[in-house]
Amino acid sequence: MYEHLETAKNTAHLKRVVIDPVSRVEGHGKVTLLLDDENNVQQARLHIVEFRGFEKFIQGRPYWELPILVQRLCGICPVSHHLAAGKAIDQLVGVDPQDLPISATKLRKLLHFGQILQSHALHFFHLSSPDLLFGFESDIQKRSIVAVLNEFPDIGLQGVKLRKYGQEVIRMVTGKRIHGTGAIPGGMNKALGKEERDYLLSDITQIIAWAVAAVKLVKTVHCSNLPYYDEFGTIRSKYLGMVQPDGALELYHGGLRVKDADGQTLYDHLDYCQYTQFIREEVRSWTYMKFPYLVELGKESGWYRVGPLARVNNCDYINTPLAEAERIAFKAHGGHECMIHSTLAYHWARLIELLHCAESIEELLNDPDVMRFEEPAKGEKRYEGIGVIEATRGTLFHHYQVDENDIVTKANLIVSTTSNNEAMNESVRQVAANYLSGQELTEPLLNNIEVAIRAYDPCLSCATHAVGKMPLQVELVNSQGALIDKLVKHETGIIERIDD
Amino acid sequence: MTKPVLVFGYGNLSRGDDALGVLVLEHIKAHHSLDHISLLTDFQLQIEHALDLENRDLVMFVDASVAGECAFDFCRLRPIRDMSHTMHAMSPSAVLDVYQTMYKKTPPPCFLMSIKADRFELGDALSPKAQHNLQMASLFIDVLLKQPSLDAWQSKVTL
Repeated sequence: MYEHLETAKNTAHLKRVVIDPVSRVEGHGKVTLLLDDENNVQQARLHIVEFRGFEKFIQGRPYWELPILVQRLCGICPVSHHLAAGKAIDQLVGVDPQDLPISATKLRKLLHFGQILQSHALHFFHLSSPDLLFGFESDIQKRSIVAVLNEFPDIGLQGVKLRKYGQEVIRMVTGKRIHGTGAIPGGMNKALGKEERDYLLSDITQIIAWAVAAVKLVKTVHCSNLPYYDEFGTIRSKYLGMVQPDGALELYHGGLRVKDADGQTLYDHLDYCQYTQFIREEVRSWTYMKFPYLVELGKESGWYRVGPLARVNNCDYINTPLAEAERIAFKAHGGHECMIHSTLAYHWARLIELLHCAESIEELLNDPDVMRFEEPAKGEKRYEGIGVIEATRGTLFHHYQVDENDIVTKANLIVSTTSNNEAMNESVRQVAANYLSGQELTEPLLNNIEVAIRAYDPCLSCATHAVGKMPLQVELVNSQGALIDKLVKHETGIIERIDD
Repeated sequence: MTKPVLVFGYGNLSRGDDALGVLVLEHIKAHHSLDHISLLTDFQLQIEHALDLENRDLVMFVDASVAGECAFDFCRLRPIRDMSHTMHAMSPSAVLDVYQTMYKKTPPPCFLMSIKADRFELGDALSPKAQHNLQMASLFIDVLLKQPSLDAWQSKVTL
């Protein structure tokens, strides 16, 4: 492990470079490195300098605004926040998940599968495929989806169409591709019309075929580059994710499971409403993003990973046949290892989930319940609601308290990227130690660091939408405090070497 | 069945005059039959919007703009690779370029209606100038939609 590189042991002999946040905008990240005389890396940090503050904005608003309000957290995953908030406000009106009308549960799942499908497609094809298809150190001009469309037109077009299909599922369920409405307290505000259902069904066979091809593609890329892909940015960690009562992969509602690096189950079927008893968040001075950890294991060893890799690692099986076959192949690739720890395997796991979503969408579209409107369920008012889902990037927690006038008095959100904070830093340190130490900084090197971060599909890249949109700074400083090298990647994608 | 004419108004309703492109769609909904016209809206242009151009005879993008001196400008668009595909929001010409790259053919005739905007503050309503410009542009669009042909639209370009 590389945690020794989080903070240099003898900082008196190293010049500490402090880069204050340039702005408090979502999507801002930077990496800082400290070197000794031999240019060996002594410290490597990924700083997330976004300041969200959304919990404060929410306070003072009536609870029924929440599913709409929280969508403004993000332009890529508004549906995830919409559904997590929707589950929380169900509780505020006294409705537990098992009491929700069956049609509402199915419509929400359909919406959720559409969201994850479009977001996974966006991440893989638009953001990551240029690295994977052209190479991590390829010409920067090639690192875009347009270059993929040029050189791999079929792959590029399938990626764009997969994302579009997921957006269309969202549009049919909520009325809009982005920031629509669907979940209301105790139910959904409309069912799917027959025309809408038929429209989505007309393309689903093709979508599943493309999803199968996408898994095949990522599997080929990964396995053609062994052992490099298994080792790059790789860390051994614990994993947290949701499962069904029988251990199947679950994305909408279930208990939480934690496995350790050897695949031993540490916790199973935890009730997420009790999350404050088993998860805490640590604050560190050098980043705005907190570091969640499992209370019983403590800050040092209680961190974990979430998202596709965690979910596919943690579940016992996937309840759609094509995705399950791919899960088995994925796990078999690990050989004697119970868990797949390769950070780049996030991509592979992500596309297995994409396939699962496509299969699940087909199943739901053929279920007449999604075209049946049922009145929302009602119950006794409560003063606290907690909604948790497996969002695109991992487990997402929404927690609200309201007063007697239904006004939100307290809100706490743990977004998925936060849970991966320690892991992303660890992967950055691993890449810095193994691929950077003693080297002169180059632009391809910068991309290597970004590739490791990007594998997690962090919210900063989610919010910024495109390859090259993740502002990044890398600095090399020797023990005399001299800046050896500095590269800045601007929001426009332009990379600049800064000479002092 | 894809409708032959697409009007794509984009912008953010919550950011003052940035709402102009979206508000044009409200006008069209109220004053025109939608039998042959598709209306589409979003916050900004993205790569997948190139798919919305497929099988159209005519496309009009509508956006707020701080450029220009007139209440609105109407121009023909051509595909341009301008690197905006790497950013948060693409230019309409870049969307046409993506279409051309994806489908290996020329995109349908596309035009841009740019409505002069003044301020973009979060939570602001339309500025008085933008309200006036919206009225002027809407009248112009009424004429265009009554003559949905390439020759008619081409003859009306102002730039």
